[in-house]
Amino acid sequence: MDIQEFIENFAAQFDETDEALFTADTNFKQLDEWSSLTALSIIAMVDDEYNVIIKGSDIINSETISDLYDVVEKKRS
Amino acid sequence: MIDNPFSLEGKTILVTGASSGIGRATAIACSNMGARVIATARNEERLQATIAQLNDAIDGHMMLCADLTSPEELDGLVKSLPALDGAVFSAGNSVTLPLQFGSRDKFDEMLNVNFYAPVELLRLLYKKKVLNKGASVVLLASIGGTHSFMPGNGIYGASKAALNSVMKYAAREFASRKVRVNSICPGMVDTPLIHRGTITEEQLAEDAKRYPLGRYGQPKDIANGAIYLLSDASSWLTGHDLVIDGGFSI
Repeated sequence: MDIQEFIENFAAQFDETDEALFTADTNFKQLDEWSSLTALSIIAMVDDEYNVIIKGSDIINSETISDLYDVVEKKRS
Repeated sequence: MIDNPFSLEGKTILVTGASSGIGRATAIACSNMGARVIATARNEERLQATIAQLNDAIDGHMMLCADLTSPEELDGLVKSLPALDGAVFSAGNSVTLPLQFGSRDKFDEMLNVNFYAPVELLRLLYKKKVLNKGASVVLLASIGGTHSFMPGNGIYGASKAALNSVMKYAAREFASRKVRVNSICPGMVDTPLIHRGTITEEQLAEDAKRYPLGRYGQPKDIANGAIYLLSDASSWLTGHDLVIDGGFSI
């Protein structure tokens, strides 16, 4: 898995937020555009792209994109 | 003795999805109202747990394991059934997925369980005359897809809306044999289906506050609606979608 690619896939679920704001350290739930639908899209994207089922609680418990990346990577192995 | 219009005494009633949630509560409630219950589901162990909770003052309860998405098993089920005075189709599944991820295979998966299986069962029960004259069929639909359109619920909602539509056509066509067909459209009901983790428990608790009556439904709330639709109390009701949702869709 590649974190840069994960960040791009993550950013693709947003429509209004400046792409430059997405880094490994982005505290994504603080973004203005973040919503429950975005959360569902992230869960679906992870299933589609990485064949990993994450839960709503994985998102709640992740602060940064990097935190969520770690969750996905751990579940993949 | 008080004449109870909601009594199911003397009726034989099929309940699908009887191993869990609304199906289990409905099977139990039907037996408590005097019905002989034919319970079906895929999982034998969980179905057995339902059977153990049926009112044993009534003789002849049966359990028949079948996966309704398998044409062979569905056929086998229909052949094993006694004549029915009622049926509640509670077997179903759900998925929470934004539409842009709703590929054909995701729709197929949901429609196979929530639409094609119950429609085929309904068709065979009628065509093979397993349903007695005057029988009542209750389909479990949802407010999702008919009265409520929450983001992420499109695939599930579409499957239930399609089922609700077939219900109305069946009500028209089956009336010639006085077979009544109605549906129940529940709001969110506290069953294993909603506790799968895509939506967190905190989000569910928050969502429940949006219901005017202040809570999600309990399986029994829906089972009691099914009792009404199965009983002679609703003899003149067909083609109706009964919303039971704590006021959510108002």
